[in-house]
Amino acid sequence: MRPSPAVRRPTPAVSGLGRPSWLLVPAALGMLFILLPVCAMLTRISWPDLPALVGSPSSVAALLLSLRTSLASTALCVLLGTPMAVVLARTSFRGQGVLRSLVLLPLVLPPVVSGIALLYTFGRRGLLGHTLDVLGMQVAFTTTAVVMAQTFVALPFLVVSLEGALRTGGQRYEEVAASLGARPSTVFRRVTLPLVLPGLVSGAVLSFARSLGEFGATITFAGSLQGVTRTLPLEIYLQRETDPQAAVALSILLVAVATLVIGTTGRRRGLL
Amino acid sequence: MVVLATAACGGPSSSAPPRGQEPVSAAAGGTGRALTVFAAASLQQTFTRIGTQFEHAHPGVRVVFSFAGSSDLAAQLVQGAPADVYASADTRTMGEAVSGGVVEGAPVVFATNTLEIAVPPGNPARVRSFADLARPGLKVVVCAPQVPCGSATDRVEGASGVALRPVSEEQSVTDVLGKVMTGEADAGLVYVTDVRRAGSRVDGVPFAQSRVAVNTYPVAVVKRSRNPALARQFVTAVTGASGQDVLRAAGFGAP
Repeated sequence: MRPSPAVRRPTPAVSGLGRPSWLLVPAALGMLFILLPVCAMLTRISWPDLPALVGSPSSVAALLLSLRTSLASTALCVLLGTPMAVVLARTSFRGQGVLRSLVLLPLVLPPVVSGIALLYTFGRRGLLGHTLDVLGMQVAFTTTAVVMAQTFVALPFLVVSLEGALRTGGQRYEEVAASLGARPSTVFRRVTLPLVLPGLVSGAVLSFARSLGEFGATITFAGSLQGVTRTLPLEIYLQRETDPQAAVALSILLVAVATLVIGTTGRRRGLL
Repeated sequence: MVVLATAACGGPSSSAPPRGQEPVSAAAGGTGRALTVFAAASLQQTFTRIGTQFEHAHPGVRVVFSFAGSSDLAAQLVQGAPADVYASADTRTMGEAVSGGVVEGAPVVFATNTLEIAVPPGNPARVRSFADLARPGLKVVVCAPQVPCGSATDRVEGASGVALRPVSEEQSVTDVLGKVMTGEADAGLVYVTDVRRAGSRVDGVPFAQSRVAVNTYPVAVVKRSRNPALARQFVTAVTGASGQDVLRAAGFGAP
């Protein structure tokens, strides 16, 4: 299968072409700006204590909860975000631009605001709170609330990257498939999806990473209880109160997990 | 908030702040000297008010506040953040600042605070005592043991023999109060001053066992202060009569 132009593997660069040498200075500064704080954190770790700090029951519970909820919210993002991206990329209707901006709102909202919005929607006294209550569902203070908070903030990442892939990919192959008699569902399943699969994967990885780092919406909407709602970022924030060393150790753990996920998935797909 | 600030601005002329001391001529900064005060988040309303009184009593001085969690502030001070006065919400975080060598002299305790049960208006779950909080099915929210209000909660649990099963252990009293005000939780453990501050948005249920966990608030002058004399005067304003009046009105206990 030929990869679509949007996600084609980068061709080996001709060294120096389109890259004036003065560009190296700000580029290096930018890289330092990102890497230096991470290195600074590494210098603050007391390495002999690291296994004990990272292996404590509360840390392990937080890590496992973070991985579980981030995986669940990534799955939800794929299930809900893929149709959203396809609808936004493959149809045009009045107010589409406005709708797209609104869908991307969680990207620019401070996470705490997202949490408050979720609380006023799904909370006990929220818009849907009574309805949920009648159905015997109470989401506040449950792991479900954590997944909802993560999905809310991570969904736009998937929609943006997949819609981008769909648009740059164009519709040529879809038109050919349709002209050969394939029905819309078949075209979607056999042509559209396989072509944008790399875009979908990179969107999913971004969603996972965003879910893993989610803090503000979770603490506002879901609460904080070990093994139930206290994810790794919440545990780090709490540990910092009494044990800055433990907080740094857990931060390193979070950085390691995030790097591992983004690095392996991204590199294998040649996307990131 | 606005009403409070306006009241505070109008206040000092009638409450006649002490004008005894000369407005520190030693610093010779002329106009626009700023005094930076790092204070625990729970002191926001009272200290803003005391600050306004202080500015009236010391023309040309501007009091700038940084309100945050006590341990955040202690960490910032130890890392070299510029401040003149540090007021924390418990002795442990002040201890961190002392052992970090950033405060001058011994800290002075200027207020105390005790726990109170906060419930949504009208107390829909009919919580009447500390023991009621252990009722099955009741959604109780407390502070995590790592933060001062949480360790106070632990002590009350220990003394009363009532074991709570909270649905959430929050990062701060503000978070606990938020969960109660929105009605997500049936009850939460916060400080007396938080209940007072929340006004009609929560009801308070006092309980006798809160006496075992009295939280003390110390204040100290920061060693690197560029205005140590002025900083000492601010500490005096907090521990003095007018400052104590403001604190008492907000529900704080005497030191």
